[in-house]
Amino acid sequence: MRIFDPHIHMTSRTTDDYARMAAAGIAAVVEPSFWLGQPRTNPGSFTDYFDSILGWEPYRAAQFGVVHHATIALNPKEANDPRCRPVLDLLPRYLDKDRVVAVGEIGYDSMTPEEDDAFERQLALAVEHELPALVHTPHRDKAAGTRRTLDLVKASGIEPGRVAVDHLNEVTIDLVHGSGCWMGFSIYPETKMSPPRMVELLRRYGTERVLVNSAADWGVSDPLLTVETAEAMLAAGFDEDDVDRVMWRNPVEFYSQSGRLDLTGVTGAAEPTFAGSSIKRGGE
Amino acid sequence: MPPERLHAALRATPNGAWLDGVLEKALDETTAAPGTFARSFAAAGRRTGRGPLPGVPGWTADEAARALLLAALPPGRAATEALDLYHHGDADEKRAVLKALPLLPIGADAVPLLTDAIRTNDARLLAAALGPYAVHLDQALWRQAVLKCVFMGVPLAAVDRLEERADAELAAMLAAFAEERQAAGRPMPPDAVALLARLTSDPSGRSDEDQDGRRTTEET
Repeated sequence: MRIFDPHIHMTSRTTDDYARMAAAGIAAVVEPSFWLGQPRTNPGSFTDYFDSILGWEPYRAAQFGVVHHATIALNPKEANDPRCRPVLDLLPRYLDKDRVVAVGEIGYDSMTPEEDDAFERQLALAVEHELPALVHTPHRDKAAGTRRTLDLVKASGIEPGRVAVDHLNEVTIDLVHGSGCWMGFSIYPETKMSPPRMVELLRRYGTERVLVNSAADWGVSDPLLTVETAEAMLAAGFDEDDVDRVMWRNPVEFYSQSGRLDLTGVTGAAEPTFAGSSIKRGGE
Repeated sequence: MPPERLHAALRATPNGAWLDGVLEKALDETTAAPGTFARSFAAAGRRTGRGPLPGVPGWTADEAARALLLAALPPGRAATEALDLYHHGDADEKRAVLKALPLLPIGADAVPLLTDAIRTNDARLLAAALGPYAVHLDQALWRQAVLKCVFMGVPLAAVDRLEERADAELAAMLAAFAEERQAAGRPMPPDAVALLARLTSDPSGRSDEDQDGRRTTEET
């Protein structure tokens, strides 16, 4: 079983996690830019973080045989702090980097006008830099936030197939299902989604355009819940190919749209797994 | 490494011609859009590939393309751009800047980049910092960097002018490190053992002067 975790904050995890993940078959990860629990107060704090997830973290991951890519953005929560907003002007330089496979996490936290503005500007950056977008949906007032997200995505002109709307659940999946956007689900020990609930959604909605992630970070979370969900799929009667599609080929397809996903060195993954993928080095 | 040789080797690779088009456009300050140079530098790996450069051991195609971009700058811009690209670079870009430094007409202006790279825990950056440009590094920091290579398992073959610069002080540091490793029951890398043996077999220690007669042992 090969697993690609399309959303995990490895900066907050230990080398023990990397070792356990690699042993369980997690061969590739994408680390979206987000907040760190403690609010940042200046743009330099962001650029050090971007340097870290584009430099140090892929190096650390490689020690364990895990391939690491990142997404770059000003997150919705910190978009509200005027001291942080100047980082928006620094993003273009980082969006040009080799291991950046999307703009994200963008989206809403409290649905303020400042968040509208940062979200809109960063969707425009995604179009300009020919990158997909990873969109966080709010924990509070999630359904309204998801609707507003889809409205803004539509207005931006970005192709829906280049957008993943993340942290969905039973209540919000229907809003996104017909939109053409990818549907992301974060499997958490207590909150968000659980493996059995995820399996039930896969049974009802199918495996197309579905991304399953652990979103593991500095809070109560578990980087192995993608694996547990894969096992729950098998136990529920999905076959190996279904699991491979959800846990590997789907995230590969979504992030390959960046032209920068480089899975060289991943065992058994060197061959393109669907038409139009560009997973080889230099495959822009 | 002469830039001409790098350029010829890069041209011989399947996507090496990309650089020639870029050199024309990105360097023309009158017509290039702002940021074109930095964007080309960032995109080089995707354009030329990252494979080993045939006939030029130790260099990859992306490193060569990036080094040649820097080398093509007017002398007055080279140091500023090298510092900027390093400070805004990902690990591959940083490594390419470090490898390009000996090709640039910048004197010792980029030494702060070496000290930055030596502070990191990234073995690839540490190794790249100890190439020919490390001639500008003072001896105390150079010794610390060599010892850090041993500590991190970076092959000492990465260190330029090792035989010339290795001195009695480095021998003492290596001997102390070997003692610690022995106490811990952990092996010392064979290349470090060999270096220590060479340094201590000569009763006079290594010369305090290099071949040019400059003192390489400084106050520590």
